[in-house]
Amino acid sequence: MWQFIEDRREQILINAFNHAYLVVLAVIIGSVLAVGLAMVVTRIPKLEPLANALSAVGLTIPSFALIGLLLPLTGLGSTTALVAVTFYALLPVLRNAVVGLAGVDGRLVESARGMGMGELATMFRIRLPLAWPVILAGVRVSMQMSMGIAAISAYVLGPGLGVSIFVGLAQIGGANAVNYALVGTIGIVIIALFLDLLLLIIGRVTTSKGIRV
Amino acid sequence: MDATNSTTHDSSPESGGGAEISGAEIRLENITKRYPGQKSAAVDGLNLTIPAGEIVMFVGPSGCGKTTSLKMINRLIEPTSGTIHIGNDDISQQSADELRRHVGYVIQGGSLFPHMTVARNIAIVPKLLGWDSDRVSKRVDELLDMVNLDPSRYRDRYPRELSGGQQQRVGVARGLAADPPVVLMDEPFGAVDPITRQRLQDELLSIQRTLRKTIVCVTHDIDEAIKLGDRILILQEGAQVAQYDTPENVLASPSNEFVSDFVGSGSSLKQLSLARVSELDIRQATTGRIGEPAKEAMDRARSAGDDSLVIVDDRDRPTAWVWLRQVKGDTLHEGDRESLHTLDNRATLNDALDTMLTSTHGGAVVTGDNDRYLGVVDFTAVVEHMSVMQTAAQERQEAEVPAESNPEDDHDPDAPMDDRESSDA
Repeated sequence: MWQFIEDRREQILINAFNHAYLVVLAVIIGSVLAVGLAMVVTRIPKLEPLANALSAVGLTIPSFALIGLLLPLTGLGSTTALVAVTFYALLPVLRNAVVGLAGVDGRLVESARGMGMGELATMFRIRLPLAWPVILAGVRVSMQMSMGIAAISAYVLGPGLGVSIFVGLAQIGGANAVNYALVGTIGIVIIALFLDLLLLIIGRVTTSKGIRV
Repeated sequence: MDATNSTTHDSSPESGGGAEISGAEIRLENITKRYPGQKSAAVDGLNLTIPAGEIVMFVGPSGCGKTTSLKMINRLIEPTSGTIHIGNDDISQQSADELRRHVGYVIQGGSLFPHMTVARNIAIVPKLLGWDSDRVSKRVDELLDMVNLDPSRYRDRYPRELSGGQQQRVGVARGLAADPPVVLMDEPFGAVDPITRQRLQDELLSIQRTLRKTIVCVTHDIDEAIKLGDRILILQEGAQVAQYDTPENVLASPSNEFVSDFVGSGSSLKQLSLARVSELDIRQATTGRIGEPAKEAMDRARSAGDDSLVIVDDRDRPTAWVWLRQVKGDTLHEGDRESLHTLDNRATLNDALDTMLTSTHGGAVVTGDNDRYLGVVDFTAVVEHMSVMQTAAQERQEAEVPAESNPEDDHDPDAPMDDRESSDA
């Protein structure tokens, strides 16, 4: 096993980097989209059931199926991978952001408006910071989930450690099949733990001391 | 904007006694608010003039439209018809956000933003108005001082690190931050315990004495209305004005049965809320300054025939009231400032009795502007004043309507107690 890693160190590191890069990018794009959507939903409460349905139903679509559906549109490669992972990354953040933004004490919002804060200022300076811990919890879930989905995107020639796993699966019975699969899997777990820690630190730094638990 | 021009006077807490009116008149003309799907209007044709520089209390049973009426003044609720003027400006002609930046807004519990420090909470409106940061931070300290919170200690705290009373103080400071001519308050002291509430009320009165804003305050507590209000507006269902008058007149001659029910019978205890501590005989007790040699102060007290000593700080604010035998050490020290319950000289006799009951001295330390020491009062002073008041009231009653008998006055001994209980509930 050790020898196996030594021999392919460079390739493994490149795959690991690509994997992390794909996931981080997807989570960032997904989170920004999700928070934006949630802000619209907060503004127009009639949309809330729709948003909730989207985040619930979306998660039931098998990732394999979605990737298959995307193929005719975006073809093989990184684009399909990014679109698919972003789609899943968006859902948990959307759900938490909708709940978090709507859950801000109405009296605080009224108090902000009563002092002459505009709608946008109230959203960005009152609602968003107060909902931030809830939104971040959604981002952490999203990050974990995207790890696994990014691996599957290797099926359509997406980048990342999924490549190792699929090579292993393709060579079942072969000499290094298990090694390939193990390196892919363990690598993903390590990256996941590392990124989660990073998110924890980011959360700590970006959450106001006044509402930190 | 006209409204801001009248607010340029220096309102530093040190200046004291500046009785120049900085408020603006508010006029409500034929205001109606009808919610869709509701048969009767929440507010139906309300006409009201609130004079500049006065505190007007809106009271009434829940659902009478008092809060709705208040919120129409800063357009958190838009009237269905009618106009509101602040000063000479029709408020519907300006943008709602712009209007609100010039109208202070204080609500129950302070509603501070938990993710912002005290300083940032207070600075919100000044920043929205584009003040530079030097001016903002100077103003924040000035306001914290005004509401009796030490700026260096509280500036950087978060709301959750404050007690309920302190949060409410910051809420008041935030409402006054940009020196608005008009301040709206919605049950401002509803969320704090009675002793803190009394203190906050006294502080508000003391602040108002210097600032002379136009303050509109909603409350359900008639005692609070009597204590704070220059005028009281008593509302019935649909914001129909039942009576709009000074507390004295509301108590002395309720305009109809609804008002007399709401106010409770005109018992002497209620009248206690009308008389202020400043009307009492305030006795000059011996004072000692923090850091002064203890022996000198004690000698002074003994020669004046006092067995206790009021300790004041370098700004003449009382910090403790100690028996001479309690004085320890060579110099006087601050003592337990938190446990000294002082009385503002605008406090009512009702509050005075309350405070005296908790004091071991059978009296209370009275303070004036900026919490400066004025003297002490005791039970005897209150009792004497009460008997004077009672005689005066009796004479007035006999002179006015000897024929009319008020059934509620018949069971006299119980009536005062009933009143107190029902009004506290």
